[in-house]
Amino acid sequence: MKTFYKKFLEKFIEGLLMLSSTITTLTVVLIVFFLFKEGIGVFNKKPIEEGYVIAINKNNIVTKISSEQIKNIYDQKIKNWKEIGGKPDSIILFRLEDISNYYSDAAIGENFEGLPNCLSRLIDSVPNIIAFFPEKYLDKNFKGRQLEIDKVTLSEFFGGKEWFPTAQPAAQLGVMPLILGTLWVSLGAILLALPLGLAASVYMSEIASDKVRRIMKPLIELLAGIPSVVYGFFGLVIIVPLIQKTFNLPVGETALAGSIILGIMALPTIITISEDAMRNTPRAMKEASLALGASKWQTIYKVVIPYSISGITAGAILGIGRAIGETMAVLMVTGNAAVIPHSILEPVRTIPATIAAELGEAPNGGLHFQALFALGCILFLITLVINLTVEFISNRNKYNKH
Amino acid sequence: MYKIESKNVDFFYGASQALKNINIAFKPNTVTALIGPSGCGKSTYLRLFNRMNDLIDNTKIGGQILIDGEDIYAKGVNVDSLRKKVGMVFQKPNPFPKTIFENVAYGLRVNGITDKKFIEERVETSIKQVVLWDEVKDKLKKSAFELSGGQQQRLCIARALAIQPSVILMDEPTSALDPISTAKVEELIYELKAKYTIVIVTHNMQQAGRVSDTTAFLYMGELIEYGNTKTIFTNPKIERTQNYITGRFG
Repeated sequence: MKTFYKKFLEKFIEGLLMLSSTITTLTVVLIVFFLFKEGIGVFNKKPIEEGYVIAINKNNIVTKISSEQIKNIYDQKIKNWKEIGGKPDSIILFRLEDISNYYSDAAIGENFEGLPNCLSRLIDSVPNIIAFFPEKYLDKNFKGRQLEIDKVTLSEFFGGKEWFPTAQPAAQLGVMPLILGTLWVSLGAILLALPLGLAASVYMSEIASDKVRRIMKPLIELLAGIPSVVYGFFGLVIIVPLIQKTFNLPVGETALAGSIILGIMALPTIITISEDAMRNTPRAMKEASLALGASKWQTIYKVVIPYSISGITAGAILGIGRAIGETMAVLMVTGNAAVIPHSILEPVRTIPATIAAELGEAPNGGLHFQALFALGCILFLITLVINLTVEFISNRNKYNKH
Repeated sequence: MYKIESKNVDFFYGASQALKNINIAFKPNTVTALIGPSGCGKSTYLRLFNRMNDLIDNTKIGGQILIDGEDIYAKGVNVDSLRKKVGMVFQKPNPFPKTIFENVAYGLRVNGITDKKFIEERVETSIKQVVLWDEVKDKLKKSAFELSGGQQQRLCIARALAIQPSVILMDEPTSALDPISTAKVEELIYELKAKYTIVIVTHNMQQAGRVSDTTAFLYMGELIEYGNTKTIFTNPKIERTQNYITGRFG
């Protein structure tokens, strides 16, 4: 009886353990699935606000139009139908509020009951018109023609140079400025953090006395525990004004500010991991080098650093990983202008900052919402690649040392 | 003229004294074995000759150690050049994670030698000196970790020889090796004697008897007996030495 009870308990605990690991795994799979399902959905949507149509005269030979073309037409950068494959005629823009220029209030009616008819007649009578209006005002016997709009394409999404998902009439979903913003900020961060981190870890592992190390290491590790919003606050109050003054800029919220903050945030990762790796260099190896008449410095860069190079690389890559995924601090100091940056002294917007800033105003399930999820997918893939690289490097490391 | 002279050498790890008033004079081109039970200070003593103990925090040396008549602990002594003169072979084979060639070339490169041909020649002679050439000549570009333990240890000796020291310190060089590799290293020590002054720490009494000309027996940080190996092994003057050598304690 006792053994039965014991066996049952063992099975029960086993079951519990299995359940918890299964739940964890499932959660991960579910999150990734949800992310990609929503993210990929963006490519099934048309980049025009839902419930709206774009209509032209029925004799116009243009049949298809992209969101970028729509935007350029409404920004009056494209002024002739010829430029988008039509007859050489200038484009006449029409927005719903322009209706009073054409028809009297009486014709439109108090509750807009005459509006569909007016629109239909107007589009029929003006051959070069392009009109953007809600679908509910589309007349039953509409005499114009609705323009077909291309779905969001991969090349438009990744190659587009403009991110303006709330633009009317057509949303602009080019993620290039965001990806570039992320990469600029992260690259800057790593350029600042790597030399500093490497120097600090060499100092702590090889040069500092035990006493100094015992004080410094916990302090540096403490740096990792500071909430990112505090870093952001620090950046906003100290670094941003400093940059503004030093470079005499109109605003201090720049890619450089983001890089500095992220660099500081990546430091503890880089230092702890590479310092551990350096301290793992066998004493026998260092002694062998010194016994051959190598100086301390020669030993450091000919033995210690090569021996721990995979650890150092892993630290650096994990540091970048933290920088790429970081949201709050960057959101606070980079100025969040979704334009392709030309120098580090310009405002940029990173992918995570975009998601955090815009998700609140994106209607659930809409184009904008899904576009943000697509951004999430990109971010996920970037960090996945980073983690796989670290895995690969540390595996190679094991192979190298027997 | 002695190669190494140690005069009234004391050594402290923090507050505890590891060596007490040790006086030995080492003749050139001899092999001296330092024997004694674990913790007697023989490795510590050996590591004083190339100032390896400098790496350990909170240590202190008293007395004098002269190599070629110069006090190696005097102010202004260049430790790096001292270590070029006094090579060392460690307890466990410790090749660098580099190729076989680069392992032997390391000492030359850190000493600023860049002449490719010179390095190649020196590497070859050094490896030939340790009778490893035939075994590795076709795989000089391979990792030193691919060699067996015995081969690695001989490579480490070659590495020490490449910078042409005049003294070689060996800290239990065969303790991690199998009997066949041990025999090869011992044979090598015997041959190297012609050119170098060798000090070897060993736990193995037979080894001390086989390879050394003189033997020093250390116990609890003190030099108990020092003299001709044959005399010490066959007719020790002090009873404790006899007890240790015959295996009654230690």
